[in-house]
Amino acid sequence: MALLQISEPGQSTAPHERRLAAGIDLGTTNSLIASVRSGVAETLADADGDHLLPSVVRYTTEGPPLVGRIALDAETTDPLNTIASVKRLMGRGVGDVKSLGAHLPYEFVPGTSDMPLLHTCRGDISPVEVSADILRVLKTRAEQTLGGELDGVVITVPAYFDDAQRQATRDAGKLAGLQVLRLLNEPTAAAVAYGLDRGSEGVTAIYDLGGGTFDISILRLNRGVFEVMATAGDTALGGDDIDRVVAQWIMQEAGIGEDAGHGALRHLMQVARTAKEALTEVPATTVSVPVAGADDWSGSLTREQFDELVSPLVQKTLSPCRRVLRDAGIRVSDVQAVVLVGGSTRVPLVRSKVAGFFGRDPLVDIDPDRVVAVGAAIQADILAGNKPDDDMLLLDVIPLSLGLETMGGLAEKIIPRNTTIPTARAQEFTTFKDGQTAMSLHVVQGERELVSDCRSLGQFELRDIPPMVAGSARIRVSFQVDADGLLNVTAEEQVKGVQSSIEVKPSYGLNDREIETMLKDSMAHAQDDMEQRRLREQQVEADRVLEALEAALAEDGDQLLEAGERRRIDAAAAALRQAGKGPDYRVIRRAIEDVEQASSDYVDRRMNENIRKAMAGHRVDEFESS
Amino acid sequence: MAADFSSTHFELFGLPQTFEVDRELLDSRFRELQRTMHPDRFASASDQERRISMQQATRINEGYGILKDSLMRGRYLLELGGYEFNDEHHTISDPGFLMEQMELREAIGEVRGSSDPLEKLGVIMGRIAADFDTLAAELKNQLAAGAATNHDVAADTLMKMQFFRKLDEETQELEASLEDELDHL
Repeated sequence: MALLQISEPGQSTAPHERRLAAGIDLGTTNSLIASVRSGVAETLADADGDHLLPSVVRYTTEGPPLVGRIALDAETTDPLNTIASVKRLMGRGVGDVKSLGAHLPYEFVPGTSDMPLLHTCRGDISPVEVSADILRVLKTRAEQTLGGELDGVVITVPAYFDDAQRQATRDAGKLAGLQVLRLLNEPTAAAVAYGLDRGSEGVTAIYDLGGGTFDISILRLNRGVFEVMATAGDTALGGDDIDRVVAQWIMQEAGIGEDAGHGALRHLMQVARTAKEALTEVPATTVSVPVAGADDWSGSLTREQFDELVSPLVQKTLSPCRRVLRDAGIRVSDVQAVVLVGGSTRVPLVRSKVAGFFGRDPLVDIDPDRVVAVGAAIQADILAGNKPDDDMLLLDVIPLSLGLETMGGLAEKIIPRNTTIPTARAQEFTTFKDGQTAMSLHVVQGERELVSDCRSLGQFELRDIPPMVAGSARIRVSFQVDADGLLNVTAEEQVKGVQSSIEVKPSYGLNDREIETMLKDSMAHAQDDMEQRRLREQQVEADRVLEALEAALAEDGDQLLEAGERRRIDAAAAALRQAGKGPDYRVIRRAIEDVEQASSDYVDRRMNENIRKAMAGHRVDEFESS
Repeated sequence: MAADFSSTHFELFGLPQTFEVDRELLDSRFRELQRTMHPDRFASASDQERRISMQQATRINEGYGILKDSLMRGRYLLELGGYEFNDEHHTISDPGFLMEQMELREAIGEVRGSSDPLEKLGVIMGRIAADFDTLAAELKNQLAAGAATNHDVAADTLMKMQFFRKLDEETQELEASLEDELDHL
């Protein structure tokens, strides 16, 4: 609770209940949920005692979707309705899917945006909905274990996820009915879990090779502040790819063709994964697969052969490792610790290559499958306000440059990669026709010169530009990236001071209306539930606003407010208290807005006071010594 | 009334307005400021507070980015002093400097064909870094001269630094692609 945090230690604050918060690792292969209980962050198990939930969803003609192990079992018998590794499709376009297409045994159909839909017996389903189905199961698990509704969650994403992939993840959370406090980068979460804030200081590298993504991040730790210096990676490289090269080897050895059918190919991938896992423990393993119209094939795969097969993939991770050091402006010798994250780092070849590159043995003492969820739980606990005295802070960066399309299809960078977030840039544009009232901006993300080589995030249509002579309008467009790494664009015409409205056409995402519709569809009694839900949301919001306001007023209301201002605020608060008891969410929302408006100056004053306090006591000795 | 965004970056960080900056102090001020204003501190606060905190955190990040980089800091100091940059029309007429730029560009062009490209590139990168540092030292003296400073002279130095910065970025990119190529051999 921000306003409570400002209070002096020892000063009494309004008693408030412990909020239920959880961290979610929404992984390519497995997903987990963790929470802080009795001061310890731990992953939560299902009724069978399993912590890992396979990220697999099976759609059937009747009943709710099946998620996890039960779906995984049907992978080979019902491949088209059983969706695995959906994370690889998040925020991706039809074109991206085609390039992955040969490997993905699903039927795709184009959606309204460029986002591909999966064709199943339950209709055409977006990757966001599939992810939401996984999240719902985790949410239920946590609420049963913790004994109450979750107040907020932190969901982790690969640091190298672009804006579209992050937005898709946030949308999935929303769709699952979760209050997403923050999208946290997986490597940062791992660093938190390692308790690197407790005592250890310095530069740490986090090497995260998961089921479908690779990330390398360099963090600087200093007194509880985790500052990401640089991040690099590959969002289409992971354990799945290792399984694939092994499966291809088996196909070649066993004489199985590419036309073997969805079910057989899925089975091959499972056999390949089992062999990979076995080879982390033993030097050789026996592989056997059925061959259509022939006897089963059986052969031996040694770790040496395996290493040779996957070596090019592991080698591929070293280029981002070099780049991240370069971007951070440090040398290998400056790295004081290396942490391994992700199930694929169990492969011995990965461990030895990483150790060789950084010249030191990596840390592996926390289960690489669970470490991310545990770190996310610690952050969720703090964000939910359960630890007002903890001064841990995570400062992340934007992983890929943001740019605008200019003449000739070139991308002009507006925010370079590895800029600390939140960050903003503004740029001015003008009209080129008399009376022009609209213009379009194409925002892209990536490092390449040509727009066609970058990822398209969306078209931003500016409207309501006041009509003027060509070239005389001055439209200031602001690009704000928030702490989640999500972009927001606003525009204002400077000469007449008119706010332009912006319509966003996300290239691969869902717009707000689509999410709203899906939310409605997902509820049995759409309209009633929606009203109930909104009412509850507004009641919770009203309580939050009032609680924060009261704590603030008790602290410095007398110093910072004139009598008249104080009366206005008190009156608005009383009105809100009254409205909160009523049945109409719209009335409550208006009352909240009234309170915010009445206290607007006061909030500003407190914020400035905060900065002043943060710097006070320094200025004097600073200037004396200089 | 809006939140106070009128202070200079130096004032925000409580540092004297000089070209020389105590980096350790700057880093610790940065952390303290973000600890106070970062949006994560306001996760459960009202929309208005969250918005202001994001704006303030953005401004702290921007100030930190400028103050920790000698090129951007120098430019910012000149701008605070009322100098208006006109990058597109600012030309440098120092023949020695232009000659060196040409030599360096030629040398970079020959890196790929040489017997040990990474070694050769390393030497060039060392030279670029040294030249940049020499210019930064000149800029420091020019700016320290205070009122006596001819802003055009300092701006010239900054433009030269800008050239070396660009060369530095290009050579970094070249180094990255050479290393990747070696990887695939």
